[in-house]
Amino acid sequence: MSKSPVLILGARSDIGMAVAHAYAAQGRPVQLAARNADSLEPQKTDLELRYSVPVSLHEFDALALEEHERFADALPELPGIAVCAVGFMGEQGESETSPAAAAQVLRSNFEGPASILSELASRFEQRGSGTLVGISSVAGERGRATNYVYGAAKAGFTAFLSGLRNRLARKGVHVVTVLPGFVATQMTEGMDLPDKLTAQPGEVARAITDATAKQKNVVYVRPVWRLIMLIIRNIPEGVFKKMSI
Amino acid sequence: MRGLSGWGNYPVAQAQLLAPRSEAELQRLITDSPSVIARGNGRAYGDSAVGVPATLHMRHFNKMISFDAETGLLVAESGVLLGDIISAFLPRGWFPLVVPGTKFVTLGGAIAADVHGKNHHKDGSFRSGLDWVEVMGPDGTVRRCSAEENTELFNWTAGGMGLTGVILRAAIRLRRVPSAWIRQDTIPAANLDAAIEIFERSAAATYSVAWIDCLAGGDNLGRSLVMLGEHALLQDLSYDQAARPFAIPRASNRTVPPVFPSFALNRYSVRAFNAAYYWAGARKAGRQITGYDSFFFPLDALLGWNRIYGRKGFAQFQCVLPLDSARAGLRALLEAISAAGQGSFLAVLKRLGAQNSAFSFPMEGYTLALDFPVNRRSLQLMQDLDRITIAHGGRFYLAKDSRMSRDTLRAADPRAAEYAGMRQMSGLHPSFQSAQSQRLSL
Repeated sequence: MSKSPVLILGARSDIGMAVAHAYAAQGRPVQLAARNADSLEPQKTDLELRYSVPVSLHEFDALALEEHERFADALPELPGIAVCAVGFMGEQGESETSPAAAAQVLRSNFEGPASILSELASRFEQRGSGTLVGISSVAGERGRATNYVYGAAKAGFTAFLSGLRNRLARKGVHVVTVLPGFVATQMTEGMDLPDKLTAQPGEVARAITDATAKQKNVVYVRPVWRLIMLIIRNIPEGVFKKMSI
Repeated sequence: MRGLSGWGNYPVAQAQLLAPRSEAELQRLITDSPSVIARGNGRAYGDSAVGVPATLHMRHFNKMISFDAETGLLVAESGVLLGDIISAFLPRGWFPLVVPGTKFVTLGGAIAADVHGKNHHKDGSFRSGLDWVEVMGPDGTVRRCSAEENTELFNWTAGGMGLTGVILRAAIRLRRVPSAWIRQDTIPAANLDAAIEIFERSAAATYSVAWIDCLAGGDNLGRSLVMLGEHALLQDLSYDQAARPFAIPRASNRTVPPVFPSFALNRYSVRAFNAAYYWAGARKAGRQITGYDSFFFPLDALLGWNRIYGRKGFAQFQCVLPLDSARAGLRALLEAISAAGQGSFLAVLKRLGAQNSAFSFPMEGYTLALDFPVNRRSLQLMQDLDRITIAHGGRFYLAKDSRMSRDTLRAADPRAAEYAGMRQMSGLHPSFQSAQSQRLSL
């Protein structure tokens, strides 16, 4: 029996591409979905050469909500696993002063991902099987002055995934929430991140393939983040508001 | 700026690491920076791939582009690891023509250092399997070079340590292999003369290499285990192995602790290790079937083994001595090492075949590779080894070097001055420099 394909939403991102490699290495066909999908032709060739699996490209814009239903219908085969790696950090300063910039961050990290996962969820539910993976962020666990707009969107996405998991648990569909801490990607390039807390995209990908295989619910890519966030979540608000972390 | 070093963790330089993702971005970095050097996976031991102030991290250029299943010609970007090529194509019956002692090097790095493998005496260096290379020059123009096209650029690029430009893409030939297993013969050699004799009568073996106990002295000087290898044929394999000849059980990767305690490494422990290794090997002498990983890349299984040497790092010494003076030269080198009592866990002896390249390391003769923890005494010893090498007409491997002087290189290798002159004339010098090229005035 041939393996069911894996759909990567936001395939152009470093994490998305690392996830594509990880599943292709397991012999799974891959569907890469992104804006200007045609420009991913070299990545498609690379994946096919390395792993001898079929790879297809699909035009997808997370913010074009009205297209999501058509996108899901147009997939040549309903995937067994769908991984949403869509995200956009934006500039916190800009998000504070420009409503349009803030909306862009909120829509890219919450509205768009929630919309496309809803479309897929109903199809998976009907089929009675499948795994949905949402890449959220530890930034969603408590709002901080330095990135609370991004954090708020991720908080929304985390809650959405939690609810979706709850809804689909008895329908044979599994939902995984992935909480990477710092990841060395294009999005964080140039930031001064602590080495011990910073994962490589390949690590995130391994955490995801592992989580889908073992049906885990909420995954911290580096376990130390579970502890860090436990502490950060439990700092009393009176203290937290005076801190800059 | 950040502290950047090679695999030996010595020396450490303050450098800016730039990570371009497109040719346009790379072009801008080359033309805007005072000088750059490309860096692959950081497996050169010293400062060959450390550029001060600017180093180009090339790992985003890591896509395979095409493969011809008739001829075995693979086209790939320079940031692809040889290990990725092996993982992708060995299951289909193909293996690179030449691999060095680690598979964690990039294609670009393998070309820049023109690496050699255990089959150099038969198949030559990496460039033997290299059809063409595309190099971005100082003005950002990409030129394809090969034995027929832009020949001079091709000749200097293979083994040119990245100083002719940034290697972007290459076409390499893979060879068909009957299995992923190696039929290995281990032959103990009681001393240097015996080892050389085994190498000379084993010229027909596809792969050959010796692990040498560099601390043994007297009658045991140069005591070695010579290992010969062939790609195993189906009839060499057990029934289970032959059923799936390209499936090798995965060995678990072990990792060395972040900093290995330095007291664990001293002349007594290294001497004991070397002796134990020799006797264990001598007892197992004979034929065995082994996986390609443990034959070609034994140290890769120990991830981060460079940390064994602690915070100060380690330095490699690797020279090649021409055939007619090899015996006397090796004897002198081993006597100096043994007398100094400066141990090396990893000492490798290899017979190289004929090669006549613009600047690549190999020449017909014997190469000896050793590593030493960095300290005052070992640095002094390595200078003595430099002198012995030069006195016997030998030369040095730049991919391993981290401490040689400009004068040492000039004395050992007349091609260095020629290379430096060519770089000046063609305007490559201002754009492409590594900490090593600055140290060696290349």
